Amino acid sequence: MTEPSPSRTISNSPSSDPLLVVEDLKTHFEIEAGMVKAVDGVSFTLERGKTLGIVGESGSGKTVLSRSIMRLNIAPNVHTSGSVKYDGEELLGKSSREMQDYWGAEMAMVFQDPMTSLNPVVKIGRQLTEHVRYHMKVSKKEARLQGIESLRSVRIPEPEERFDVYPHEMSGGMRQRVCIASALACGPKMLFADEPTTALDVTVQHQILNLLQTQQKDRFMTMILVTHDLGVVAGRTDDIAVMYAGRIVEKASTRQLFAGMRHPYTEALLRSIPKASNPSHTRLSAIAGRPPDLINPPQGCKFSPRCPYAQDRCREEEPQIQADSAPGHEFACHFPVGTPENKAAFEKNMADGNPATLAASGQITATEELSSEGVTL
Amino acid sequence: MAGSGKAHLRDRDDILLSVEDLTVEFPVGGGRKVYAVSGISFDIAKGETLGLVGESGCGKSTTGRAILQLPKPTGGSVKLKDIELTNLENEDMRARRTDLQMIFQDPISSLNPRRKIGEVVAEPLEVWGPSDKDEQWEIVSKMLDAVGINPDVAREKRPHEFSGGQCQRISIARSLVMEPEVIICDEPVSALDVSVQAQILNMLEDLKAQYGLTLVFIAHDLAVVKNISDRVAVMYLGKMCEMSGSDELYAHPAHPYTKLLLSSSPIPDPLVVIDNSMLTDGELPSPMAPPSGCRFRTRCPLADEICERAEPQMRRVNDDHYVACHHPLVEVDEVEVSLS
Repeated sequence: MTEPSPSRTISNSPSSDPLLVVEDLKTHFEIEAGMVKAVDGVSFTLERGKTLGIVGESGSGKTVLSRSIMRLNIAPNVHTSGSVKYDGEELLGKSSREMQDYWGAEMAMVFQDPMTSLNPVVKIGRQLTEHVRYHMKVSKKEARLQGIESLRSVRIPEPEERFDVYPHEMSGGMRQRVCIASALACGPKMLFADEPTTALDVTVQHQILNLLQTQQKDRFMTMILVTHDLGVVAGRTDDIAVMYAGRIVEKASTRQLFAGMRHPYTEALLRSIPKASNPSHTRLSAIAGRPPDLINPPQGCKFSPRCPYAQDRCREEEPQIQADSAPGHEFACHFPVGTPENKAAFEKNMADGNPATLAASGQITATEELSSEGVTL
Repeated sequence: MAGSGKAHLRDRDDILLSVEDLTVEFPVGGGRKVYAVSGISFDIAKGETLGLVGESGCGKSTTGRAILQLPKPTGGSVKLKDIELTNLENEDMRARRTDLQMIFQDPISSLNPRRKIGEVVAEPLEVWGPSDKDEQWEIVSKMLDAVGINPDVAREKRPHEFSGGQCQRISIARSLVMEPEVIICDEPVSALDVSVQAQILNMLEDLKAQYGLTLVFIAHDLAVVKNISDRVAVMYLGKMCEMSGSDELYAHPAHPYTKLLLSSSPIPDPLVVIDNSMLTDGELPSPMAPPSGCRFRTRCPLADEICERAEPQMRRVNDDHYVACHHPLVEVDEVEVSLS
């Protein structure tokens, strides 16, 4: 079932070149209120067989990024620029019709909500084999056998019976397994998993993440795992890219990122999560303010209004992504965490009574308003 | 009704809310029933936060609503101080609900989109508070201020002009204007981003200290529940599995289900090895036909024949920790097991 599709035109030679090279990708949505800069200059390279985690809050552009790479948001009001090279082939100029040869066969996506990503009035089996028949040109009977086999491979009990049921007859976890089976049915080289477990219970999440991991290893797939949960990416990815306001602000190997994060946003994000290893009633270190307006983002560094270390330079000049001493570690910050400059910036802001700094140090309660008085209870 | 025992109930003078053998069943036609909550008992002392945790469908939200008599439970007792809420007439219960308030999961849909924030927060006062508008506004603005919303800016605005986190703050302000004794928080932070979630959790702790609140905190995220709760009750398919002080529960989980939940929650540290020891392929059984004996047995790696025959009763691990399991993961006091 992983035979290459006859309709595929690009070369399939195993190579050591990266599978995906994204350069200065921008996706802007034109709406009445202005131009929403959802993805605003993202570059990264993804090696074959690796898993990249993309982390960020809602509105950081992580979902739009993966949809832009797959060319799923083609519309008159969407302006995409830059370059996306998949296996050496530029995707950005391609039409939806041309992309059909890639969707399912080369790259596939598992979406967040297993309830709405399956058609409620079509039986599981047909949804699972539709693209198999398109790409692999197999008979209905053959497709059925393959479909049942793929249900079995994602550990759905009684796959023969489940093939003929409707989505509502299955639990959320089972439906997500069907979505995974469907995404994997044509043997794609690249899988996008966009918050695949956010709608699921923790125990089911654990099962689904295990399933994705084993399938990825068995098939030597390249994967992008999009999530807001640093806990999910910590145990399941090779590299992590942290996004804020449409840009990658830090990227490193997973171990390196957790061992020595340089960007204040990454640090703040990790600090704000309650941890089961801390005693109960541990005061959380909240991030003051809220994610920026993507139509009129703040000047300079987009995190600067919420950053405890922000200086005048940060409010004027947007930092460019730069390499750290550790190989593969990149970040975009003028006053990176762990440097003497960072420490000095913090002390200066404390002395000046910067509300984001006071909130980060727990001196005032963090709110979404960033007024200089802060809010006291 | 075979409950899971009441050994964990405390004999103390400062018990504010006590729930015994609470049962909630919903008829679904054809004589069948959903057994949403099947005989659970717990108590909450004044100023305490009780966390209710479990997967979707375990009955934790139903339990929260049953405390408010929304709807009236099928059986059991809910006592607020000395008042038996299940016996109250509807009109008396309406008056009593001023002491019991609720915050919901979706902050945006729990505020009327067509009304101004000033009116939304003042609504409980319209019914039960002072009739004078200025007096009402004084209370409303004090509460909005307490939750970090500028009252003068918010007064004339409508819910869509606020973010999810701000709407949740407004919901909390609305629940506070009646100066309730108990607030039931049903997944109040699960729809929010982590940065905003931390703001709201910190704020709830502050408000609790300031107004002497008692909280029932319902959530599925174990780390969130641990952060805010003094005691935690773990629920599974309408039953209570384990009840413990929160630090103790996370350090020494006694029920295999608690262990499963703990080992399934992702830990933000790449050096932690992922623990698959408690994971089975089992699915949550239907609450219309719960398994006999221990309801968790179909997914439990330790289950044997006794788990099928007898329902486990609450047993003491220590004074702060009780578990209902035939094969607990820590040492417990022996009690007689009655076979059904």
